[in-house]
Amino acid sequence: MNKLILTTAVLALAAGGAMAQDVVRMGTEGAYPPWNFIDDNGDVAGFERELGDELCARAELNCEWVTNEWDSIIPNLVSGNYDTIIAGMSITAERDEVIDFTQEYTPPDPSCYVALSDDVDVDGGIVTAQTSTIQAAFVAEAGATLVEFATPEETIAAVRSGEADAVLADCSYLQPIADEEADLVMLERNEQIGGGVGMGLRESDADLKAKFDAAISSMKDDGSLNALIEKWEVASTF
Amino acid sequence: MFSTCADPSTLDGLSWLACYLTTGKHMAFYLSFGTVLLLLAVTAPAALLFGFGGAAAARSRFAPLSWLGKAYTSIVRGVPDIAFFLFFVIALDQAFEYVRHRVKCPDWSEPVRQGNDFVVCTAAKLPLSTSPQWVHETYGFLLAVLTFAIVFGAFAANVLYGAMKAVPRAQMETAEAYGMTHRQAFWRILVPQMWVYALPGLGNLWMILIKATPLLFLLGVEDIVYWARELGGTKAARFTAYPHGDWRLYYFGALLVFYLFLTWVSEKVLARVMARLSHGQATAAGEAMRKAGA
Repeated sequence: MNKLILTTAVLALAAGGAMAQDVVRMGTEGAYPPWNFIDDNGDVAGFERELGDELCARAELNCEWVTNEWDSIIPNLVSGNYDTIIAGMSITAERDEVIDFTQEYTPPDPSCYVALSDDVDVDGGIVTAQTSTIQAAFVAEAGATLVEFATPEETIAAVRSGEADAVLADCSYLQPIADEEADLVMLERNEQIGGGVGMGLRESDADLKAKFDAAISSMKDDGSLNALIEKWEVASTF
Repeated sequence: MFSTCADPSTLDGLSWLACYLTTGKHMAFYLSFGTVLLLLAVTAPAALLFGFGGAAAARSRFAPLSWLGKAYTSIVRGVPDIAFFLFFVIALDQAFEYVRHRVKCPDWSEPVRQGNDFVVCTAAKLPLSTSPQWVHETYGFLLAVLTFAIVFGAFAANVLYGAMKAVPRAQMETAEAYGMTHRQAFWRILVPQMWVYALPGLGNLWMILIKATPLLFLLGVEDIVYWARELGGTKAARFTAYPHGDWRLYYFGALLVFYLFLTWVSEKVLARVMARLSHGQATAAGEAMRKAGA
């Protein structure tokens, strides 16, 4: 019986050989809860895992999850190691020159600061952010001294150790940490930076982009996207 | 793993730890030690092969081959490892795909380079995008082995080239006097005797190779350093059944012990091999052994 299924599958594949991709590889970082993280079983989980699986179901795509370092996530997309980036990546003009984005699946949200105490000086002090993020670009432009780290985890550790006065990141990433860790506080001050978050694709993959755009629209229309955003507390709703 | 692990929040002490250390994530961590050992086991002979080829080429009396061997050793040794690992692997992967693209899709009209994108036809993808994840991982692993072999092969070539020169000229002259051809003298006299001169250098390379394995993660292979960082990071209770603080120190401590153990065992083994190779050789160590035996 299995053989029969296999043969049918092979035939189906051979028949559709000219079609684009049969498997869409979804690239994510896996270190940025609640957006994406590795669960206790070692699988990719989080808001974007559920969102991506739902989008793939709606677009009738067969998707597979891959993790990649944040630093090299764009180069590996353009060289074809995976087909999409779904990693809490804000849509910015600089990134848009290199890759394409779908429409946003979370609206633009302010970024937050977390520090050891309320009275740190985020204008003149040392602020840390993850490398190649919109927050890092913002701090570099602003007056504070920027210290970059490859992973979000290390930025928090830098605040703890006193290497940096505060960390600037998405509020949704910092909120659970500030809630659970007694020594860290979230500052009142927010920074309004960046656009919404979208999926990144190669500029040559217009078909795939159209499919995901349509799936995101349908999730926006029936309210399931808002429900998912609220469930994972990643952003404000549409 | 254990039936008691269903609700970790009720556990404490050792039973919590037992459950924590047997999560699926930790199993992946333990498996990655195997990945590192496998990489070492495959890369070391492959690098030695590259090194032997490079050294033999550099010694060749056919000038272009000699230039090739010398260029290989000097260029690869001169490029920083990290640059080599970041640039070369992507280039190598694209080269493979380009060749396959040319062979499999001759009637493809669009350019391969479209702006920043590298686009080959679906059939030329390596591995095929339809392949399961383990094929992608194996392919990444093999690319890593090849890159390590090329980099460390260049150093090994230099060591072996020196070792070949260190074999006393009189030995080769004797071989020639017996009427051996160059090829025969090379394989029967030079190669068996050069190892004793090469071993200190090769032993050093082996130690450096052990320490260089964390570069694996740059190539997308999830090695022990990746898992140590992932597992040691702060885990908030919302996202895991086993919340904990920043435990990276303990995980990296475990890696320290693992690497120290590996290098310690290597030193013991290398010392034994050296003793074996020195036996009967016209070196200081061989002479000392002869005197001790007499």
